Amino acid sequence: MIVADKKPIEEIIENVKNNKDILILGCNECVTVCEAGGKKEVGVLASALRMYFLNHGHEVRIDEITLQRQCDHEYLEEIRDRIDQYDAVVSLACGVGVQFTAEKYHATPIYPGVNTCFLGVTEARGLWTERCQACGQCILATTGGICPVSRCAKRILNGPCGGSTGGKCEINKEIDCAWQLIIDRLTALDRLDDYETLCPIKDWSTDRAGGPRKVSREDLQL
Amino acid sequence: MRLQYPIGIRVVRVPCTGKVDVLYILHAFEKGADGVYLVGCLEGGCHYNSGNIKARNRVEQARKILDVIGVGGQRVEMYNLSSSDGPLFADYATEMNGRIQEMGPNPIKLARKKQAA
Repeated sequence: MIVADKKPIEEIIENVKNNKDILILGCNECVTVCEAGGKKEVGVLASALRMYFLNHGHEVRIDEITLQRQCDHEYLEEIRDRIDQYDAVVSLACGVGVQFTAEKYHATPIYPGVNTCFLGVTEARGLWTERCQACGQCILATTGGICPVSRCAKRILNGPCGGSTGGKCEINKEIDCAWQLIIDRLTALDRLDDYETLCPIKDWSTDRAGGPRKVSREDLQL
Repeated sequence: MRLQYPIGIRVVRVPCTGKVDVLYILHAFEKGADGVYLVGCLEGGCHYNSGNIKARNRVEQARKILDVIGVGGQRVEMYNLSSSDGPLFADYATEMNGRIQEMGPNPIKLARKKQAA
């Protein structure tokens, strides 16, 4: 899922300090799971902002809505009849949601309420780690389900570098060497032939480095 | 035990301090409470395992928020005691009451009064 972290309240206040009608817009999916932008966090932020403004003598209306998602037309349309009441929206969705909301309601300033970090997993409550960097050419089949593009600091594709020591990466001894993990996993799966088979030069055009990307499925388009 | 403790305290009973959400604390201040404190079981003695630990985390979260918005993080507190320790309950009530008296009324309460006037 997309992992995000709450923005400091001071930063959000700086954006909306001159507004009078604010909507805090949450998202029920990834940011709810990483406890950064769901209904609870919307409530907390709205309460904090109400108290801040009261404390500073401003009369401000702050409403709270949490949509199922902010990256699909259908869900964003749910607020079309109400959006004009607000002079600012703080969206607690990931960067995707903030942008799509801004595209749809371009007359209203939409401010981000979270920092979008990476695609990752919940290792434990309160601990999220990166697993995928959306390179567009998945090679997990030959690496035992462990990604060298996202988990290897050098993103190398044919085995560890010389800096791999004791199963840890040379950039930080708390980070596992992805290639050590891959070799261990392939050994356990009895598939070390996959390791011996050379991975060809990667087509990076589908990675972020190739520019903003698109997936177009003609079979799904009417 | 009929011990004396300060009068300005409203007791809200919950089955476990783990039931207390951050929003309950924040809304209390939004509605004008001068201080909020939670009294939970001793750590390690929670009937529901870790409800009192979660409560402490939430009190810390609320404290940070209250500091940022200018209400004052010291207005919220977490206490742990045994449910049979009446005198300590009274002591905590007196301590918290003293702290809040010193800090003065909740600025939100004053702001609301001004707005209503």
